[in-house]
Amino acid sequence: MLRRFATRIVVVILLALGAGSAFAIDTGKAFDDPVLQARYEHIIAEVRCLKCQNQTIKDSNAFLAADLRREIRRMLEEGMSDAEIYDFLVERYGEFALYRPRASGKTLFLWIAPGVLLLGGAFLLVQVVRRRMALPIDEDL
Amino acid sequence: MARFMLPIAAVLGLAVVLMIGLTRDPSKLPSPFIDKAAPTFDLPSLAHPEQRVGSASYAGQIVLVNIWATWCVGCRQEHEFLNQLQRQDIIPIYGINWRDNRNDATRWLRELGDPYVDSGYDGDGRVGIDWGAYGAPETFLINAQGIVLYKHLGPLNSFVWESVFVPLIAAEETAG
Repeated sequence: MLRRFATRIVVVILLALGAGSAFAIDTGKAFDDPVLQARYEHIIAEVRCLKCQNQTIKDSNAFLAADLRREIRRMLEEGMSDAEIYDFLVERYGEFALYRPRASGKTLFLWIAPGVLLLGGAFLLVQVVRRRMALPIDEDL
Repeated sequence: MARFMLPIAAVLGLAVVLMIGLTRDPSKLPSPFIDKAAPTFDLPSLAHPEQRVGSASYAGQIVLVNIWATWCVGCRQEHEFLNQLQRQDIIPIYGINWRDNRNDATRWLRELGDPYVDSGYDGDGRVGIDWGAYGAPETFLINAQGIVLYKHLGPLNSFVWESVFVPLIAAEETAG
């Protein structure tokens, strides 16, 4: 009795572990060429689904994501480079379509802001510490 | 006191920027086509599959291109307004019937009225991608030179029409 119960538990756990693959979104046929397939998988993980903005088109089953995957597949088959494919998307949907916007005039601020903020903070920190170190230690408060 | 002015100003400045951010709808993206040449299309007509409709049909005119579908709630909301524009003969409207079922779309126009000069049938969404469509209804205002003056995301209504489209069209007519 106990043994049958244990077997059932094991079966349920195994089924649950396997469930992930049942959620595969992309039902398209794989490329025959593994290099193309790798490029395809890389690109679709970099492109935002505009309809469901916090998902990539790899993760989304919205029809727009499926359409974009189909177009990317077509462009790869036509021999377009990754850069050309990203250009195609940005021309139509703007930089927002890419999870990693390219460094251009418009997105420059996004790229440099973290560095500028970090350096600014470090500069202020050094200033404050220096000023305090210059104070006499035995000063009466 | 003076030494606190800078941090206070910085915090207030940040607060203002963030407050402005809160009032903006992140699902509305700026169209990369504004002030640039509009995308083109060439599709079978919805009503007459043997005929073609496309950007060539309206070359040289100021027009609206409206991306619509029967599954789209906002399209139903704006439909009567488009009918009004058509009845008052204000501007030609061309439709792109996006990712829809031809029978549903034809019935929809028969039942709700057809404000379009013609609609192209984009069943597989290929043209929708060329137009950067991601959430119907989307309405492009295109001038006689084929430049996109404005793109409106979401249902059109008289408020948007009067405040945005009318001034743009008037400016275009005085310029042209």
